[in-house]
Amino acid sequence: MQAFDYHPVTSVSEAVALLAQGASGACLLNGGTDLLAQLKEGRRTANHVVDLKRIPELAEFRLPPEGGAWVGAAVTCRTLSRQAGWRNRFPGLHDATHLIGGVQIQGRATVAGNLCNASPAADSVPALVVHGARVHLAGPAGRRIVPVAGFCIAPGRTILARDEMVVAIEIPPLPAEFGAAYLRFTPRNEMDIAVAGAAVAVDLDGEGSHYRSVRVALGAVGPTVIEVERITARLAGRPVAEVSFDEIAALARAAARPITDMRGTSAQRQHLAGVLTVRALRLAISRARRTQAASPTGDYL
Amino acid sequence: MTPRKKTVLEFTLNGEPRAVLCEPQQTLLAVLRDELHLTGTKEGCSNGNCGACNVLLDGVLVNSCLILALEVQGRGVLTVEGLARPDGTLHPLQQAFLDHAALQCGICTPGFLLSAKALLDENPTPTESQVRYWLAGNLCRCTGYDKIVRAVLDVARSQSAAHATPPPVSPA
Amino acid sequence: MPSLSASPDGSVAPALRVVGTRPVRPDGIDKVTGRALYGADITLPGLLTGRVLRSPLAHARIVRVDTSAARALPGLKAVVTAADLPPAPDRIEDLGEGAIDLRYLSDNLLAREKVLYHGHAIAAVAASTPEIAEQALALIRVEFEPLPPVMTASAAMKPDAPLLHAGLKTDRMGQRDAAPSNVASQLRHERGNLDDGFRRAAVVIDRRFRTETVHQGYIEPQASTAHVQADGQITIWTSTQGTFAVRSQVAEVLGLPVSRIKVVPTEIGGGFGGKISVYLEPLAVLLSRHAGFVPVRLVMSRTEVLTSTGPTSGSDLRIRIGADTSGKLVAMQAELYYEAGAYPGSPVGAAAVVSFAPYVCEAMRVDGYDVVVNRPRASAYRAPGGTNVAFAVESVIDELAESLDLDPIEMRLINAVREGDRRPDNLPLARIGYVECLQALRQSEHYRTPLTGRHRGRGVACGYWGNWGGQSSATAILNPDGSVSFNVASTDIGGSRASLAMQLAESLGIDYAQVKPRIGDTDSVSYNDVTGGSRTTFATGWAAYDLGQKLAAEMTARLAQRWEVAPESILRAGGGFASGDRRVDFAEASKLVCEDAPLMVSTTVHPKGYGAAFSVQCADVEVDPDTGKVTVLRYTIVQDAGKAVHPSYVEGQMQGGVAQGIGWALNEEYVYNEKGELLNGSLLDYRMPTACDLPMIDTIIVEVPNPGHPYGVRGVGEVNIIPPAGTLANAIHRATGVRLTALPMSPPRVLAALWEKSGYRP
Repeated sequence: MQAFDYHPVTSVSEAVALLAQGASGACLLNGGTDLLAQLKEGRRTANHVVDLKRIPELAEFRLPPEGGAWVGAAVTCRTLSRQAGWRNRFPGLHDATHLIGGVQIQGRATVAGNLCNASPAADSVPALVVHGARVHLAGPAGRRIVPVAGFCIAPGRTILARDEMVVAIEIPPLPAEFGAAYLRFTPRNEMDIAVAGAAVAVDLDGEGSHYRSVRVALGAVGPTVIEVERITARLAGRPVAEVSFDEIAALARAAARPITDMRGTSAQRQHLAGVLTVRALRLAISRARRTQAASPTGDYL
Repeated sequence: MTPRKKTVLEFTLNGEPRAVLCEPQQTLLAVLRDELHLTGTKEGCSNGNCGACNVLLDGVLVNSCLILALEVQGRGVLTVEGLARPDGTLHPLQQAFLDHAALQCGICTPGFLLSAKALLDENPTPTESQVRYWLAGNLCRCTGYDKIVRAVLDVARSQSAAHATPPPVSPA
Repeated sequence: MPSLSASPDGSVAPALRVVGTRPVRPDGIDKVTGRALYGADITLPGLLTGRVLRSPLAHARIVRVDTSAARALPGLKAVVTAADLPPAPDRIEDLGEGAIDLRYLSDNLLAREKVLYHGHAIAAVAASTPEIAEQALALIRVEFEPLPPVMTASAAMKPDAPLLHAGLKTDRMGQRDAAPSNVASQLRHERGNLDDGFRRAAVVIDRRFRTETVHQGYIEPQASTAHVQADGQITIWTSTQGTFAVRSQVAEVLGLPVSRIKVVPTEIGGGFGGKISVYLEPLAVLLSRHAGFVPVRLVMSRTEVLTSTGPTSGSDLRIRIGADTSGKLVAMQAELYYEAGAYPGSPVGAAAVVSFAPYVCEAMRVDGYDVVVNRPRASAYRAPGGTNVAFAVESVIDELAESLDLDPIEMRLINAVREGDRRPDNLPLARIGYVECLQALRQSEHYRTPLTGRHRGRGVACGYWGNWGGQSSATAILNPDGSVSFNVASTDIGGSRASLAMQLAESLGIDYAQVKPRIGDTDSVSYNDVTGGSRTTFATGWAAYDLGQKLAAEMTARLAQRWEVAPESILRAGGGFASGDRRVDFAEASKLVCEDAPLMVSTTVHPKGYGAAFSVQCADVEVDPDTGKVTVLRYTIVQDAGKAVHPSYVEGQMQGGVAQGIGWALNEEYVYNEKGELLNGSLLDYRMPTACDLPMIDTIIVEVPNPGHPYGVRGVGEVNIIPPAGTLANAIHRATGVRLTALPMSPPRVLAALWEKSGYRP
């Protein structure tokens, strides 16, 4: 691997200062599962590697009493999976965080890292989007909060300024009749990259018979996550039984802008956008109605 | 290339305090193998896709190829060399892998043992699908996984039988 | 006298005490504690790190290689290019699992005039650290003249296709064409009158198939260390299936006598045929010499393994088979186009034999073509060539059975070869267990349990593999405590120390624990062929048996002398020796014999009766009609092992081969872009099955003893990989009504086939 200096910082301000000084040669090291692979393969260069994992603030995971969740940038997917509160209250996010890599990757990988890597196929990003998650950023000028939706602007690119970093991801309090799910398609059952993914969140009325609101976000079928606003518009306020799943699938397919690459074909991805959206929607509805177990793939604690 | 300053890494390795000089870009895997000459941890792909380099870091299963050595400063690492007892008694998983012929070439075995240990430490009574999920990050090309999964389930069964105690009576 | 018992076929055979049991392997503790040393674990004082510069282009002329900047780098100890290799000998060397022209082997090590695939080695360096070695690679300037790549057999055979080798002319059964071509050779096996046969057919199925390049996928990357001493003596530590094969290849390509080279085997982290040909060993030797006689270690990255070591051939296939109304096959024709990669030498010859081997048919023609393309040079992969052709043939047989409304096992029983029937190359088969395997599957719980549920289907397919004998050598040293030190040269890939020690223990009548196996280097054991061709437990097992007989005979002779009796008067029982009222157990005998003089015996065997293997397999699958994903629900393998020496490891071979076959069938493939660059050179995107992708794999071992081995053993390692692709294709067809004619049957392909059938337009 290329040579660099290693900085195990213990505060956000230290990290930001190093980023500001480091010109283009400073990289943030969080879980490392993307960064170290990229450095080894020469896809990225670094003179300075700034390790964030010893910053206490970034290791915080909280479930505030008013609802929602606070996920520090250095909290690993594995740590999340071990929290009953995470699995039970946010099954739609747990869907994503427990299938990134294998267990050993999850022991290092973080949601913030998954977001900042800005892969079109990132598993956690569609799920964060439909949960209305927000990103807390820190830079030399102070802090700011932005929605996850719109954070990634192109493959490998985000709105982060060069000297800015993610401190935490905040999941807002969720309504009572909320249900969400993330499903992806991969040829292998684990250790694979999404050929397509779909996250769906629904808020139902008290009887569970009408949609109050719906959000759908597709992964790996465009350069960044695609929100299917036509589904949101079509379903809001409608009875669940009114709109056919075929119609919803067609809306999802119409929103997808996939490419063909070594992991899948454009036609396959377009089709999967519809299939996965409907499957995730059904699961989200049953979760909103509290009729479905926490995770579709079983509890792999 | 500017040689970077070497740093002393102090950590606990298989229960023993160790200190070793290493360079910032060295991975934990490289330091284990090349500096400490503990070659039981294997390199199969160097980017986290095969699990041959798995170790436990403070009890958490990780790929040692995707960790800088300096990241484990002050922490505890368990490798395959630390599984058996000092008196030579094999860990039950090691014995089960032998008894079930759960290895052929053996290169993936250390990584599988650590994944299986991490699983059983967290969940002593896993189902077959839970075992498969936990081992999915470890590639084996010889066995088709059948005997490996059976070995892990066998250890789980015999350990839970050995530790079986009546369930606590909940106050009604 | 040993006790006697009747074997299943009614003949009388000695009861076996050790063979057939399941002891722990002798190297087991080292392998579960991390102490076993594999290729990359070798270290020596002053060891240098080597790296290899590889071609980014699939096809190009090398105009110039400038290493001057690299040579000037501080800390760099050696740079070598093709200019440092002696002129390549134009000679064919048999490596055990396929012969190779040494000229091509040499050119594959370091490209001379042209690079012929993405990943082709151009230069190698050695340095004091990996970082310096990598920096040196970046300083080597290579000027290329790019040429258009030729990526498939069909593209390579077009009249205007660019030529990989200007001097390559098609060898048609000994006759050379006049004009150069990308077709290295054509072979034909033929019997009977094909046209008559097809005229008699009630049904004829004629289909074309395609299979993609796949890799053996061993988890240990190639790793070799060499040390050239100042006196010219060379030691090579390497992870290989055959130390003597390494010795002869290194000697030939470097122009050295074998006496200068000692090859020391490390433990080997999987091979499956891929660790026979040399890639790194000669480079490590050259670097060690150029660096000033210091040891150099070369270890491949995973990407190098995938781009630059032998995968197996992709292929284009055409199969045409006719059957009469009773299901009897009346005509069989195959055209097999195998991609050899950059140099001639695909396994099309073996494929041509495998093709119709399980079937009796009087009219048969098989044409095979060995075609060069701009991919890495193909090397052996478990039953080389077999899986491709069996996928095609078994699909067509299934289609015939279906159109005749015959059960797939019945269809195969109607046409099954038996002892004395001839293979496509007209060689007769000895005693085989094919029919027994078919019957065992038909009677299995799996096959008798109906499969229910939507989108589910059950498939059956079979496979033949000829196996191999080869030469094996071994020595046994008798220790005064009654133990036996057992030296072999067959490297142990999957538990052969156990299966060999068991046969020696059986032969001597002693306990397995008393035999101490050890894998020797090329200076300590006589010549030995590779661990490959499913030969080790058979042939080196023969050597173990023979050693036991020789050792016992020598002990008998010495005891006879000591006791002053005729050797014939000494009887053997339970490992002991008795004459009149004198009786000693093996340990006592060992003590007495060793008091006289040390005792070591050695043997070299070349057994010819290696006995063919058959495997019959059955799979239940479920196909997700919305995603095209195939889930294997249940899998049963029936295989004739002759005699399973260590049943656990026989089952392991069966399960492992099927796991590889399932990967090949469903997801594994080399993905190239139009420039001939390999896109999926990682274990993330080269999708081998994980534990989550496979069910438990049930095994039924059939034992029809091989008359060519003292314990009835026949090779079990390879045949299991032949049927899976056909088995799954047939299962997918029964689940969906769609026949997939290309591997891998990956989700996008299955989905596209389902769409074509339903008329759906995405």
